[in-house]
Amino acid sequence: MATATAASVPVTRPVNWIGVLKDAVIIGLVTLALALPMVGFETTSSTTERGWPLLNTRFADVAAAVIAVFLGRLALNLVREGVRAPVAFMAWAVFALLLANLITETVPVWNEAVETLLVIGAFVVGFVATWRWLSPEGTTSSEVMDDVAAGLQRWNRVIAPIGLLLALAFPWLTGLYALATGGEFAISRNAVDLGVLLLTYVMLGWGLNIIVGLAGLLDLGYVAFYAVGAYSYALLALNFGWGFWACLPLAGVLAALAGIVLGFPVLRLHGDYFAIVTLGFGEIIRVVLTNWSSFTGGPNGLSGIPRPTFFGFPFERNPAEGETAFHQLFGLEFEGVHRVVFLYYLILLLALITNLFTMRIRRLPLGRAWEALREDEIACRSLGINPRNTKLTAFAVAAMFGGFAGSFFATRQGFVSPESFTFIESALILAIVVLGGMGSQLGIVLAAVLVILLPEWFRELDQYRMLAFGVGMVLIMVWRPRGLLAHRAPTLRLNSAGGGR
Amino acid sequence: MSGDLPAERGPTDPAAATWDRVPPLLTVEHLTMRFGGLTAVDDVSFIAGQREITAIIGPNGAGKTTVFNCLTGFYRPTAGRLSLERGDGTHYLLERMEGFRIAREARVARTFQNIRLFPQMSVLENLIVAQHNKLMLASGYTVLGLFGIGGYREAERAAVEKAKFWLDRVGLTARADWDAGNLPYGDQRRLEIARAMCTEPALLCLDEPAAGLNPRESLELNQLLLSIRDDDGVGVLLIEHDMSVVMGISDHVIVLDYGRKIADGTPVEVRNDPTVIRAYLGEEESDELPPEVAADLGIAPDAGTQ
Repeated sequence: MATATAASVPVTRPVNWIGVLKDAVIIGLVTLALALPMVGFETTSSTTERGWPLLNTRFADVAAAVIAVFLGRLALNLVREGVRAPVAFMAWAVFALLLANLITETVPVWNEAVETLLVIGAFVVGFVATWRWLSPEGTTSSEVMDDVAAGLQRWNRVIAPIGLLLALAFPWLTGLYALATGGEFAISRNAVDLGVLLLTYVMLGWGLNIIVGLAGLLDLGYVAFYAVGAYSYALLALNFGWGFWACLPLAGVLAALAGIVLGFPVLRLHGDYFAIVTLGFGEIIRVVLTNWSSFTGGPNGLSGIPRPTFFGFPFERNPAEGETAFHQLFGLEFEGVHRVVFLYYLILLLALITNLFTMRIRRLPLGRAWEALREDEIACRSLGINPRNTKLTAFAVAAMFGGFAGSFFATRQGFVSPESFTFIESALILAIVVLGGMGSQLGIVLAAVLVILLPEWFRELDQYRMLAFGVGMVLIMVWRPRGLLAHRAPTLRLNSAGGGR
Repeated sequence: MSGDLPAERGPTDPAAATWDRVPPLLTVEHLTMRFGGLTAVDDVSFIAGQREITAIIGPNGAGKTTVFNCLTGFYRPTAGRLSLERGDGTHYLLERMEGFRIAREARVARTFQNIRLFPQMSVLENLIVAQHNKLMLASGYTVLGLFGIGGYREAERAAVEKAKFWLDRVGLTARADWDAGNLPYGDQRRLEIARAMCTEPALLCLDEPAAGLNPRESLELNQLLLSIRDDDGVGVLLIEHDMSVVMGISDHVIVLDYGRKIADGTPVEVRNDPTVIRAYLGEEESDELPPEVAADLGIAPDAGTQ
């Protein structure tokens, strides 16, 4: 087999074929041992004549998995041994073929899950091989990513406005896309809806980041504050008929109060104990919402929550007597997409407020005290910082932003029930924060795109999309254990060229 | 300043009774700290004077750090009174105050035996965090600062100036933007002292500041501490094993052993005190086992020297 170019392999040594094969065989056997019981047999509801459960066997799948893992491992081992270019080409070829087949189904797809995993596997092998082939010896892609993170931080002043402009223009860009692909200019309702979903999680991520990323308190029950915000708006709107803009600050205040009430007893705890108790409190809120039927509507939830209005002008085709609808106000044709676009800008505004707050507070003594608490609580005490109050403010502020997001959620859905506030939501938000790189605002956006949009893009794969998602998460955490864009720039510089600030 | 101690002040005197040197800054009376059955500090009384460097020495496990932890509010003493009198006439009873209030109001700052910086924050940020309470006030408890109202910018500029001043004093100006965790060990020690000084303390408690320093760094530390005493007028309370530091710069030395105070006086007095020599350096002619121990071990008295 031909070796790669001289530049990428400074020291040529013979490939240790026996070692490479041996390792791949061992890993293949491990796969066999794991896949045989888990994949090899399928229980069915029917039984044999004697009453034994009937098992379907799927040995072909097992064989496929073992061969795939064997080949993948072999490829990775070869990359490590210096055989890079051929492996890269072969992996990309396999990737392209499998992906094409998965989409077009020219050859009947015999098992979508296995094929999906194969596509991901081929991609990873291709990526690693190409990387090692093209990059100078000794640099890992993770180190390059560190540089990227630092660079993004340095160019934040350019990147942030560009990102903001893109976000502002997004609904219109979807319209232009439709125009460019031969249709009429029409804002894509689905795309903007997806944008709303994404921005909701970006905002929640930024909110949770205040507790987890800045103050260093691992909160597993963040969804509780999201729930408090959602129910606050729902109850205030339904019982008193208050509008969204009046309820929004109130929902924030109530969520912040919930944060203080829940935070107070747990702040003496540290680390894992703290995390477990917050997890418990998150569940308590959900269970109360489920069981306090007279107040919260119980498991049926609350429906008929007023939809948002454009500062009093509803988004309706036929507004009630004496009201002017949004489209009448501006003399437009009624379109359902108006409301979605309005919701999009609303959540964009809320998310930007969260971001602006975080960026600003990091430069204020409170934000610095949060970060100092994350670093060393005992040292903080010795400097006269009140750890209890400082932590409580972090809790309250993060809860407040959770509450804002919650009331947005309620007005968007028009319906809330405890179903929406399960632990999995907390876990998802936390995953965004951790994946993005704790404390990194841009990283959270990136992670939210991955965590929210990837499963949406993989929707084609039906039930296997979560499998693909899980594999993707594992790979990212192997590659970047501290998060995609983990980089902290000091909030204050002394020796920089640009002066103190 | 040293050397004017009255000769009749013996090491066993109750501290307060015969104190007639400089005005007292910290008065510790009958301090006792028990952890379950273990008495870590047993009825210790001493005085640390204003504008003086007071060293607490003693073998490992003598209770020195426990005294510090009681002083700075990390432990609540089982018994005893800790009073701090600042030169301006304010008076605090430390044993009744919460830990962070001792630092904030009574202005007792401390460093730690195992350095406790904020490792992922920059050196400058470490010093700014130390001025938290002042800045918090200037930012209107964050509310005004968020909207850019009020004098926060000015206050922050002043805080940076103060930080620069201390960076200069400890020789870290060039590394101001480093992450504190990436500093070499000796720099971390000095940064911790600078951070404590940025809180504008009346009493600075240093827990083994010279541990792990090389002789040159140790000498620099001596100069820094003397300058903190003389130029800043801050009283220093020091736990130290490095005798070159203790004997070189202390005005007053207190010796603890097994939680009790066994000596109290000038460095010269303490160095020549037989009790101290016995406890701290071991018995005289310690290479010979006492006869009864040797008998227990079944060896001839002179066999132990081989």
